[in-house]
Amino acid sequence: MDFKPLLLWSDILLWAMVAGCIALAVYCRRQDYLRRAWRRVGESGVAMASATILAAFVSVGLLDSLHYQPRLPAQEGSTEAQYAPEVLSVLDALVADLRLNKEKTYSAPLATHAFAKETMERDGVQTRDYPRLKWGGAHLDDVAGRDSDLARRALSGAFYGLLLWAAVVGVAVGCMALARGAAYGATCRTVWRPDTAATRPIAWRAVFATLAVLCVIGGITAAWSGGYHVFGTDKVGQDVLYLSLKSVRTALLIGTLTTLVTLPLAVALGLIAGFRGGWWDDAIQYLYTVLNSIPGVLLIAAMVLMMQVIIDTHPEWFETAAERADARLLALCFILGLTSWTGLCRLLRAETLKLRELDYVQAARAFGVGDARIMARHILPNLMHIVLIALVMDFSGLVLSEAVLSYIGIGVDSSMNSFGTMINAARLELSREPVVWWSLAAAFVLMLALVLAANLFADAVRDAFDPRFQWRARRIVKKVTA
Amino acid sequence: MIAYIIRRLLYAIPILIGVNLITFLLFFVVNSPDDIARMQLGAKRVTPEAIEKWKAERGYDKPLVWNADAPGVAKATDTILFDKSVRMFALDFGRADDGRDIALEIKSRMGPSLAIAIPTFILGLFVTVSFALLLVFFRNTALDVGGVVLCVAAMSISGLFYIIGGQYLVSKVWNLVPISGYSGGLDAGKFLVLPVLISVIGGIGASARWYRTLFLEEINKDYVRTARAKGLSELRVLFRHVLKNAMIPILTGVVVVIPLLFMGSLLLESFFGIPGLGSYTIDAIGSQDFAVVRSMVFIGSVLYIVGLLLTDISYTLVDPRVRLN
Repeated sequence: MDFKPLLLWSDILLWAMVAGCIALAVYCRRQDYLRRAWRRVGESGVAMASATILAAFVSVGLLDSLHYQPRLPAQEGSTEAQYAPEVLSVLDALVADLRLNKEKTYSAPLATHAFAKETMERDGVQTRDYPRLKWGGAHLDDVAGRDSDLARRALSGAFYGLLLWAAVVGVAVGCMALARGAAYGATCRTVWRPDTAATRPIAWRAVFATLAVLCVIGGITAAWSGGYHVFGTDKVGQDVLYLSLKSVRTALLIGTLTTLVTLPLAVALGLIAGFRGGWWDDAIQYLYTVLNSIPGVLLIAAMVLMMQVIIDTHPEWFETAAERADARLLALCFILGLTSWTGLCRLLRAETLKLRELDYVQAARAFGVGDARIMARHILPNLMHIVLIALVMDFSGLVLSEAVLSYIGIGVDSSMNSFGTMINAARLELSREPVVWWSLAAAFVLMLALVLAANLFADAVRDAFDPRFQWRARRIVKKVTA
Repeated sequence: MIAYIIRRLLYAIPILIGVNLITFLLFFVVNSPDDIARMQLGAKRVTPEAIEKWKAERGYDKPLVWNADAPGVAKATDTILFDKSVRMFALDFGRADDGRDIALEIKSRMGPSLAIAIPTFILGLFVTVSFALLLVFFRNTALDVGGVVLCVAAMSISGLFYIIGGQYLVSKVWNLVPISGYSGGLDAGKFLVLPVLISVIGGIGASARWYRTLFLEEINKDYVRTARAKGLSELRVLFRHVLKNAMIPILTGVVVVIPLLFMGSLLLESFFGIPGLGSYTIDAIGSQDFAVVRSMVFIGSVLYIVGLLLTDISYTLVDPRVRLN
């Protein structure tokens, strides 16, 4: 085999989360009220457009979560296969061009020449000039032809993007037609109509339009990155587009894995506090009041500092640098989860207090059903919508906080690609002359796209599941204390 | 009222003890002082003597919770738990790694922090509430929709970009104010304008949108219709009636943070080089000065609890229906 698959812990957890989401979807399909709420989300064009963008980010993140170690060239006299210590992912393999073609240092987006002048010898005379890049525009004989080359590549990229889009849409419409037992042409026409019963369950128009934009942008970027650095290169000459793509996984992990800690804590403790009352309630309330009264950033800082000491004093636990960075990322998720379950727990406790007085719960009690069974069968399903909304709404906040924490120096490992480390590295570049703006711009654009899509989607989910409750209240308090 | 306040203050004591225990567990039990010393001194050339010396300098060489060798009361007091944690209740924070007294340092750094936090708070509240009222005034028009879209976009941008972008534009390109720094007295103004503006603008998105929903909730109620039927102008309805009644949920979010203003802002202060408590905390995190981080955690919790108390009291001021007893 040319490679050895390697599962990092975060990969395992992420794929487990994907499986969990599928299980949740199946569960939602079976429950009538949840299905109806999801249908309302599906009808919203904005929500479906954001969902499409989120799906694009998620697929980048998932491709980046299939890791392997490539096999080293066989050595003389050794039959045993040797694998590189470097851990790569499928995404790395797909964009090998970006990863491997490094420059010496900064270069502007789509540039053909380096950013800084260098002394070089030309016709036996020493001159100072901008050297040609090793990769960016290296295929051009004459630099003046760059613009027409870019235009040509953009056109063909957009064309292939649209071709891909047409294929995807064609297959999707075909599946729809099969599922409904309708003619292909008729389905085609109804999909594009704005609001008819035939298109109802999902606003396909928004999905396909967003997909078209994504395909065209993706096609052009892919075509350009075949010969240029689309977002330029950073200080050590790495392609900024590659760094941003790698950062997506970190952002997604922080946003999703944290819930693995938050959820069990908040649900279990909130249920018990609300349902049992008395001594249990006092203890749990005390616990979350104490945790809540420590300003979030400071508690996170204290915990992360302690985690650093543990990691530093036990270097023998980690075989590769990737494993250490991975452990640190997981620990960060754990810490963020430990510090952020209190809000959800309080909500769930209050809701449980209300639910346990309801007639059907009293009836279950009268029938002699045990506490654990009542909580699982009669109360938990009625809390699902709160849990779901809280999960979706916390995501964007977590992505944003990752950047801030990494900037302060208590975020992910500095060797790990993330938006926070990108911003941190690029912070002083604006004071250079001329300005190096592209790393910041790339981080800005991708973060904005991800967080904006997540926010819009979360709003739609909130409106569909629980329009009256004032969810913003919880968030504001959290944001200010951070 | 006074009885209520006293009861609430008494209730705060177990919470503070809890906070103190958590910090004690985090800083002394999760990692032993030996581990911390080893990391601070650098893992390679560390000797047992150096570790002992490091611990002795900082008073970490005592037993954790129970000193069996000491006489009498000192069995309980001559320990790390008492020295480092219990003493915090008397606002005795000990010394930082650079040998300075933490309490003194905090006192001198409070001024700059407040100089930036108070204007931000007041201006921010004023701007966001007016912006939200404006959106409500133009509700169901394109202006309202545009404003909400703007809010959602604004809250999707990381605070880091506001600071970096603002600093670059205003200080570097337009050259209006110094990029960073601080000085006392009236001179401080030119250093404070930009950070205050940036944090106000950065905060508009999320809060204005939330206030808008609060106002919209009120605006459909009967008393508002009555006020309009009376012939009051729309502006008067908004300011005299809607704003007053939406005050309670606004207060929950706002009053809590007033005491926390003392802590300053981590990001702003470090970007603008303002010698306040925020940058103190950041520096302590950067240099892994655990004593300072521990003290800031404790102070932050005290201030947060004060904020909760203030919130409850402020309810009685804006809503006569609420009685504290």
